[in-house]
Amino acid sequence: MAAAVLVSLLMMVVDQRENHLESLRSTLSVVVAPLQQIASLPASSGAWLSETLSSRQRLQEENQALRKLNLKLKGQQQKLVALEAENMRLRDLLDSSLKIGDQILIAELIAIDLDPYKQQVVINRGGNSGVFEGQAVLDADAVLGQVVRVAPFSSTVLMITDPSHALPVEVNRNGLRTIAMGTGRINELELPHLPNNSDIQVGDLLVTSGLGGRFPPGYPVAEITQVVNKPGQPFAHILAKPSANLERAHEVLLVRTLTAPPAVTEGTP
Amino acid sequence: MTVTPHRGGLIILATFVLALILTSLPLPESIRPFRPAWCSLVLIYWCMAAPQRVGVGVGWSVGLLVDVMTNTLLGQHAMELAITAFITIKLHQRIRLFPLWQQAVGILLLLLLEQLLSTIVMGAIHQPASALSYWASPFVGMLLWPWIYIILRDLRRRFKVS
Repeated sequence: MAAAVLVSLLMMVVDQRENHLESLRSTLSVVVAPLQQIASLPASSGAWLSETLSSRQRLQEENQALRKLNLKLKGQQQKLVALEAENMRLRDLLDSSLKIGDQILIAELIAIDLDPYKQQVVINRGGNSGVFEGQAVLDADAVLGQVVRVAPFSSTVLMITDPSHALPVEVNRNGLRTIAMGTGRINELELPHLPNNSDIQVGDLLVTSGLGGRFPPGYPVAEITQVVNKPGQPFAHILAKPSANLERAHEVLLVRTLTAPPAVTEGTP
Repeated sequence: MTVTPHRGGLIILATFVLALILTSLPLPESIRPFRPAWCSLVLIYWCMAAPQRVGVGVGWSVGLLVDVMTNTLLGQHAMELAITAFITIKLHQRIRLFPLWQQAVGILLLLLLEQLLSTIVMGAIHQPASALSYWASPFVGMLLWPWIYIILRDLRRRFKVS
């Protein structure tokens, strides 16, 4: 009994501070994975049933809606190609590092519950598909979180609203940089480090600034919902609502930024 | 002293597997804090009914699996379940004789102790669970105890687990 408690305490300390226990965790996750598969069965079979049993008319309507959306997106894409080319030219002029583009991998959420006091989800892609720790995860609308743990066939994503998560962002309107912290409540982010006189308004869009090196720059994150200036306090109380559907997402995108290798200049050691 | 062979290990295993599945079964966001600690309830039952089979070691191993499954700190649930198993085994002769509702109150105390240990661990790693609903899960466990007890007892008698 005392031994069990001691070993547990030791493991907790090591797990919190070091990474030595990752191999143990991934070994045990092989045992646990089938159970998680079974636990996710009711939800996934429900989705399968509703798709199989849905009426022809509904499918046609859905198809039509998707066609329209596709057309619209294609229209936007045309402009994007030209803009990207222009961006490349300008970057060339500035001699800044060339961004080739983002490679995207689609993953599905596995319907299982983790610890209710952490904002985490499990997705069905892992190390075998090239997922790596720290990879940015988006849903169709905005940034969702980042990969914190990779198993061979699944990985765990920490969402941006987890209290231990902080994300470097900038205000899209004027480029004001700050950090968005999770609050532990789904659908709420906090911007604790902005002074009272900073130029920020309700409705401003926050996008990733790319400063932390984890998230590629320019992806939407959240929208400001509340700005309260308290005269006695040094910082304003600012809340934002994530644009991603954190509680309803089914499919997510894993982004990997491709940057050109730094050019080797001759003569330098 | 006669040596009786152990029986029904598979049944014990199956109940723990079911408890683990129930632990990660998706629930709507609003009722997630009310999920009872299935593994603790099953562990308490087997520690009471078959203390020669299930004890601190089993509790610790199941707790470790719970940690991997719910992605908590490795060792958090392991420690809680080991302590729960220890206390239950120490008191099993007494608890077994209680009427069901009194047992349920005892179970509530055990589950509250577990929850308290969890808060201490989560507080130590700066992830405190502030909501009051955090303390609801042991009460749900208490209300479920009579049913779990009856179901597991019938299983045990049917398959003569010893």
